Amino acid sequence: MTPPARPVAPGLVVSGPDGPRLVVGRCPSCERVHFPLAEGCPWCGTEGASPAQAGPWARLWLWTAVSVRPPGYRGPLPYGFGIVELEDVPLRVVTRLGEAEPARLHEGQQLRLVVDRLCTDDDGTAVEGWAFAPVAPG
Amino acid sequence: MRRVYVAGVGLHRFGRFPDRSLTALGVTATRAALADAGLGLERVQAAFCGSVYGGVAAGHKVLTALASKGIPIVNVEAGCASGGAALALAAEQIASGRSDVALVLGIEKMPRGMIRSSFFEPWREEAGLAATPAYFALRAQRLMRDSDVRIEDLAAVSVRAHAHGVHNPWAMYRKPLTVEAVLTSAIVCPPLRLLMLCSPNEGAAAVVVAARAPSTPAVRLAAIQLRSHHPGAVLGEHTPLCGLPDQDPPPPTTLAAEAAFAEAGLGPADLDVVELQDTDTARHVLSAEEVGLCRRGGGGPWVRAGGGTAGARPTVNPSGGLLSKGEPLGASALGQVVECTWQLRGAAGARQVEGARVALAHTVGRGANACVAILCT
Repeated sequence: MTPPARPVAPGLVVSGPDGPRLVVGRCPSCERVHFPLAEGCPWCGTEGASPAQAGPWARLWLWTAVSVRPPGYRGPLPYGFGIVELEDVPLRVVTRLGEAEPARLHEGQQLRLVVDRLCTDDDGTAVEGWAFAPVAPG
Repeated sequence: MRRVYVAGVGLHRFGRFPDRSLTALGVTATRAALADAGLGLERVQAAFCGSVYGGVAAGHKVLTALASKGIPIVNVEAGCASGGAALALAAEQIASGRSDVALVLGIEKMPRGMIRSSFFEPWREEAGLAATPAYFALRAQRLMRDSDVRIEDLAAVSVRAHAHGVHNPWAMYRKPLTVEAVLTSAIVCPPLRLLMLCSPNEGAAAVVVAARAPSTPAVRLAAIQLRSHHPGAVLGEHTPLCGLPDQDPPPPTTLAAEAAFAEAGLGPADLDVVELQDTDTARHVLSAEEVGLCRRGGGGPWVRAGGGTAGARPTVNPSGGLLSKGEPLGASALGQVVECTWQLRGAAGARQVEGARVALAHTVGRGANACVAILCT
């Protein structure tokens, strides 16, 4: 039996047969997207954004690594951290990266959204997060 | 609108004081500012207190300890610009004629370690998206990639800050550093190393503003402007989780600086002293660009030409900056105003900028909040 799991927060990522996708909000007025889905469009203030799926492909824009444990984070260290540009919608997204060694990353590198295990709750429930990870060569 | 004068200033040293309460820090700074102004608390008609981690009614606790009698007290939180926001509210009291004397204080006891901010939702912390130095690092990487800023420049900024801080008895760190020491200090988040980042700490600062000019040398608050961010950018102290690739709006610091220069009828070329937000050394370079001390993208050549060093006009962070003083969030903006006031009075001792007549204080932080104040004699 698969151990129980929960997402780090609901409504951020959906998983389907083709793998995970980010749940973005699309504004009914300016038609631009944002992440995570918010009550109002952060770009123009219109209410009533509708959920849409984005990803999984992105290009790396900026990156670093976190090796000192930040407050409230129980996941593995070190971890990669950066900003990616989604390929299917015009949006830059702040994200964990699936690569913690900055020298193995380069600007414009193609990355794919993955769901990964961050940590385990006291009752044994796995806590799942997401990251953008380099695609394995070959 | 009436003119606003700085009648008195006071500090509690920035550092770590495990045996002193937040209230005690605030009392020390407030007493010093009132004594400097030659005014009793009974002359103060309104008080504004900046703090981020101070909790409920932090300013009331300080003024209660001083036996204040019924005056309005407002506690102000605006991230790193909290003290600046408090000063802006007090200045409006004076300018509008509502008060003749107002007190501004900034107080803070920061928790140790990486700053934990209630700005971030708990899930965002758990997801690994609340590591403040990592956001600083992304900004540093962009600065180095998109303009001619080199890692040696980011080290030089720290070396110069600490060279200034040696002369500041109010600073936490008073030892000189070498470029090599900075470049071999522990990696925090690449490309940023430990000695390129300021330390959160404790301290207090207070300023008495008044409608009547103090006895010479009279320091005047010529402008104070607060600004927040425009939507669109993914990088910035508003720390969003997404941004638009085709948007590059003017940052809060530029908005505040341009408004402050317009209010004062002055420009960057008029400045003798600048106290600039330097939470990390890349922020220092970016702040110089955003305030207008050099052109956008020109921060690297500006650093290498000795921009801001002792002897240069303007001299930047003669106090040693937050890199030397440490950063007590609610107090740091007013700490800059205190330093600028001492500089304009010619009372800054070994770190005095000769003949200083115009000074600018800049803070920017979470929110985003930017504050730019211009003081002159």
